[in-house]
Amino acid sequence: MAGDAVTAVEHVFRQEKGRVLAGLMRRFGDLGLAEDVLQEACRKALELWPRAGIPDNPAAWLSAVARNAGLDHLRRAGRSVSEAEAVLSCLPAAVMEETQAIEDDRLRLLFICCHPALAPEAQVALALRTLCGLSTAEIARAFGVAETALSQRLLRARRKIAEARIPFELPPEQELQPRLAQVLHVIYLVFSEGYCASGGDTLLRADLCAEALRLGRLLPGEPEVQGLLALMLLQASRGPARLSPGGELLTLEEQDRRLWDDALIAEGLAVLALALPARAPGPYQLQAAIAALHAQAPTASATDWRQISALYGALLRHKPEPMILLNAVIACAMAHGAEHGLAWLARLEAVPSLANSHYLHAARADLLRRQGDRQGALAAYARAAMLASNAVERQYLLRRHGEMRLPLV
Amino acid sequence: MEYMILIYADEAHYEAMAEGQMASLMADFASYTQALEAAGVLRGGAELAPVGSATSVRVRNGKPVITDGPFAETKEQLGGYYLLDCANLDEALVWAGRCPAASLGTIEVRPVTA
Repeated sequence: MAGDAVTAVEHVFRQEKGRVLAGLMRRFGDLGLAEDVLQEACRKALELWPRAGIPDNPAAWLSAVARNAGLDHLRRAGRSVSEAEAVLSCLPAAVMEETQAIEDDRLRLLFICCHPALAPEAQVALALRTLCGLSTAEIARAFGVAETALSQRLLRARRKIAEARIPFELPPEQELQPRLAQVLHVIYLVFSEGYCASGGDTLLRADLCAEALRLGRLLPGEPEVQGLLALMLLQASRGPARLSPGGELLTLEEQDRRLWDDALIAEGLAVLALALPARAPGPYQLQAAIAALHAQAPTASATDWRQISALYGALLRHKPEPMILLNAVIACAMAHGAEHGLAWLARLEAVPSLANSHYLHAARADLLRRQGDRQGALAAYARAAMLASNAVERQYLLRRHGEMRLPLV
Repeated sequence: MEYMILIYADEAHYEAMAEGQMASLMADFASYTQALEAAGVLRGGAELAPVGSATSVRVRNGKPVITDGPFAETKEQLGGYYLLDCANLDEALVWAGRCPAASLGTIEVRPVTA
């Protein structure tokens, strides 16, 4: 029972901490101090809430306790009491400010986290820490790095924000576009961390997806922002169908489409429809359009693979990345025949960075299976399973491998 | 807050420039400096003589050791600097991006300790 109570409190933290921190950052103007005092408030909450229950307005509780801790800190740091009181006086009596001001502060904090002056690997960690309220331990686990190394990374980033004075403001007009691209990238990383991560805490992962969507909604309604939102909504719609009851990864083809979330699909399609009239297709809109075609296919066999294949062609021009290339190959094979896909894969196998990709061998296995080449598919699934590092993916590949061994009926 | 705008570029690149190109680069620097002055952010700056004129000094065991050459041999060399007073890093980065040498080499922006 105590464990459940703690889990519930941690869930509340992830929902509220980003907002509370944005308010504290506004008041104290120092990310390091804001984080420290919020952590102190959370520590007190963890002692108290599991016994006394979660307060009606947990954000207000955390804000008040953190604010007092901040004032104590300023006094201890030798700031005069009047100065500390001046800080206190600009805190609203109702503790929590109106929603809009908080959301604006969160947007500013998001742009700080994604500032190009910070190391790329620090950006997403900082966003997870400050905006999504994850603990350093949780982030370290997600990235598969040691907690001390991650703490160092966060410390360096925070120090740079203070020393170089990275402003708590939206970027200047001429910088907005390039900065926005990085913000979208980090939001999608947060979403993917929640959506794709294998194993771990399911509640935590759902919180991350929800937070990524909330952050996306803070941004101005530009086509690529809408594209990213639509992409996340459409991917999230498949969440309930992605895993079998036994926790195995299911392909789009195998998923029970009745489990897809119709409300999320409708919202995703509507958001994408807002973006398309601007006729400024970017990588997120293209990926969302692909996801939309899947979402709209009543059955796997009714999928419009020709359009999907064409969209992957366009996406490759924006993002010539190995994973996109492999998906383009599969779409081409589905649209025009497995032999086209296999010929393309054979050429890709000569690319050093792809030769040992389990995705490449999984794709080849899948196409061979569709062609009825059982021996070829068996070997390719075995190779892919050997190369896969993610446990859920490896399990999927081994299952496929096992199915190939069964006599065909 | 003060920021050092450190201008790094390959000196060979300047040396290989035609006279007209060099003149237009100098004109660009002059108008950049004027823009910094007009905006009220300029606190100082200078062009440095080529790195071949650099001398390094290290005190070891209490004795100065003087060597020919810069702190480190690099492909791009420190060729000049501006000292700017900006509200924050974003403002300093915008000015750094407008420096005429930004398209030739690298502009390093360093906050000055208060």
